[in-house]
Amino acid sequence: MPAPAERRLIFAHIDEPGYTPDLACYLRHGGYGVLQRAVARKPEELCDEVKKSGLRGRGGAGFPCGFKWSLLDRKSGKPIYLIVNADESEPGTFKDRYIMHQDPHQLIEGIMITCFANNVKLAYIYIRGEFPQGAKILGKAIAEARAANFCGPNILGTGYGCEIYVHRGAGAYICGEETGLIESLEGKRPYPRIKPPYFPAVLGLYQCPTIVNNVETLCHVKHIVDLGGEAYAKIGTPNNTGTRILCVSGHVKKPGFYEFEVGRITLGQLLHEVCGGPLPGRKFKAVIPGGSSAKILKFGETFTLKNKDGSTRTLAVEDIPMDFDTLAACGTMGGSGGVIVMDDSVNMVEALANINAFYAHESCGQCTPCREGSLWMKKITGRMVHGGARPNDGELLKSVADQIAGRTICAFGEACAGPTQSFVAKFGDEFKGGPAAMPASSLELV
Amino acid sequence: MHWLMNLKPETLRQIDEVITHYPVKRSAALPLLHLVQADAGWIPPEAIEWVAQKLELQPINIYELVTFYPMFRQKAIGRRHIKVCRTLSCALTGGYRVCDQFQKEFNCRPGEISPDGEVTIEFVECLASCGTGPVVMIDDDLHERVDAAKAKQLSEQIKTAASRRPSP
Ligand SMILES: Cc1cc2nc3c(=O)[nH]c(=O)nc-3n(C[C@H](O)[C@H](O)[C@H](O)COP(=O)(O)O)c2cc1C
Ligand code: SF4
Ligand code: FES
Repeated sequence: MPAPAERRLIFAHIDEPGYTPDLACYLRHGGYGVLQRAVARKPEELCDEVKKSGLRGRGGAGFPCGFKWSLLDRKSGKPIYLIVNADESEPGTFKDRYIMHQDPHQLIEGIMITCFANNVKLAYIYIRGEFPQGAKILGKAIAEARAANFCGPNILGTGYGCEIYVHRGAGAYICGEETGLIESLEGKRPYPRIKPPYFPAVLGLYQCPTIVNNVETLCHVKHIVDLGGEAYAKIGTPNNTGTRILCVSGHVKKPGFYEFEVGRITLGQLLHEVCGGPLPGRKFKAVIPGGSSAKILKFGETFTLKNKDGSTRTLAVEDIPMDFDTLAACGTMGGSGGVIVMDDSVNMVEALANINAFYAHESCGQCTPCREGSLWMKKITGRMVHGGARPNDGELLKSVADQIAGRTICAFGEACAGPTQSFVAKFGDEFKGGPAAMPASSLELV
Repeated sequence: MHWLMNLKPETLRQIDEVITHYPVKRSAALPLLHLVQADAGWIPPEAIEWVAQKLELQPINIYELVTFYPMFRQKAIGRRHIKVCRTLSCALTGGYRVCDQFQKEFNCRPGEISPDGEVTIEFVECLASCGTGPVVMIDDDLHERVDAAKAKQLSEQIKTAASRRPSP
């Protein structure tokens, strides 16, 4: 049951009793009607709707989708590819899972509209290897859609054709980074590519112009074309349009997924009203608002932000609206929408040690600062929780992290430095070193 | 290449089919490795050479994949594969205790095959089901909100299924 404050576009049917992932069910709910209307229009018009909608990518960076498409090199004479980023591997994020497992045709419809709009004839869904059922469900859905001419050689009698294939990853987080993903799809190690070129839209898969979009982003495209770009842009808040799915996990009474108009719910409303507040007898201590790569927020800290008219306003963590711009102004990010909540039972050194173990495991190893630094951060926080803390470990951690961010090929560098930088800055007391400085450690996070 | 004889005809058919999905053969490397591993249980050295030949590549081009991607393995594992999520959201709700419970049940540590050959336990990174953590995958199936008691129950199910299997 959606919570009262929710507005569900993408998740309208997720967990709805009787809703099944097969084509018949999708068609009963009006499925592929938008594609039908879309292929009767000019591709440029569709791109225009997406531009007007203000849609920002839901994969992590919040990059404007219509602008990304406009960067495509359409004159190269080379084929244009679409890659659906279904790697969903940012810790705390679990929205694409539900779309693909429960409503695969919504994604396929979004893909086909995007392909038609951009003259794409071959699309790949790069799905993380740990979703074997999801890959099967998508494969079956594509076969159904093809048999009904919603994809394949001659879509809805238009003469336009486009194939979609499912491609499974094999357990590496870095395959979510778009250029690493492209390398992986080319059958190589997923080493992110050196920039420039800055955008796969110019040179991507097989050195051809390529769009990489997240699963949720592509589902929004369907709703944009359905409602019209301008109408869609009225949902949410300026520059942060539409709805987005927030995935809440960790220490709250009702974790789970919720869809809201972007910026129309604050972090406090989300955690207290929608998610039922902290566990019995506990208080919230910290929250990571956009996947583990986003910098942590500490309950009790405040942010003074500039208004457009030059005046200022002060926000507590609870007051932060969950939109891209305000979260960025508070020094963190909306990222992938994964909200990870920690209560006052958590030892922050342990929590950071857990996160650092993740990044040390997932660094692809190309850049020395990231490969070595991620390991060192894991080692230091690891020894701290196991009673071997040294007096200046906090400073050492900060110094290692500061030497990674900004010095690497891909944004994984910032992603792995951010947690350490923000944990140490905000919970300095717990990082003072020496066992005495550490609050009781449960040793259950590392 | 005797090991090829052990691959099911259906696997070989799927291999030929999947290569047609890509304009460049090399792209089929991961799909081929998945198909081989699903059938053979792991990636033997001969398979690396065979996949390379099939895609007109050098063995090193395949070997570097098998050694990079965590899901590919160069040795056999237990009959059932238990993956427990290690990452933060699951840890906050008790993932480490769940992993401990499975270790106790099967008397082995992560990465090892249990003495009865039945399971391999792996402590893996985020499985993208953080809201229903701790989560565990047993082979292809996801189990949500697993606490120590549920881990025990899942272990019993595995043991019961094993005891019913006719001995070879
Ligand atoms: C280390 C790293 C991991 C990423 N993982 C994912 C991921 O799992 N899924 C995803 O959609 N985007 C991920 N991204 C973002 C992609 O690089 C890319 O920006 C995104 O797929 C673009 O889609 P969008 O514009 O629709 O958001 C990741 C980025 C980085 C730097
Ligand atoms: S920053 Fe890290 S993950 Fe990204 S390319 Fe460099 S080593 Fe690889
Ligand atoms: S942290 Fe366990 S599924 Fe994400």
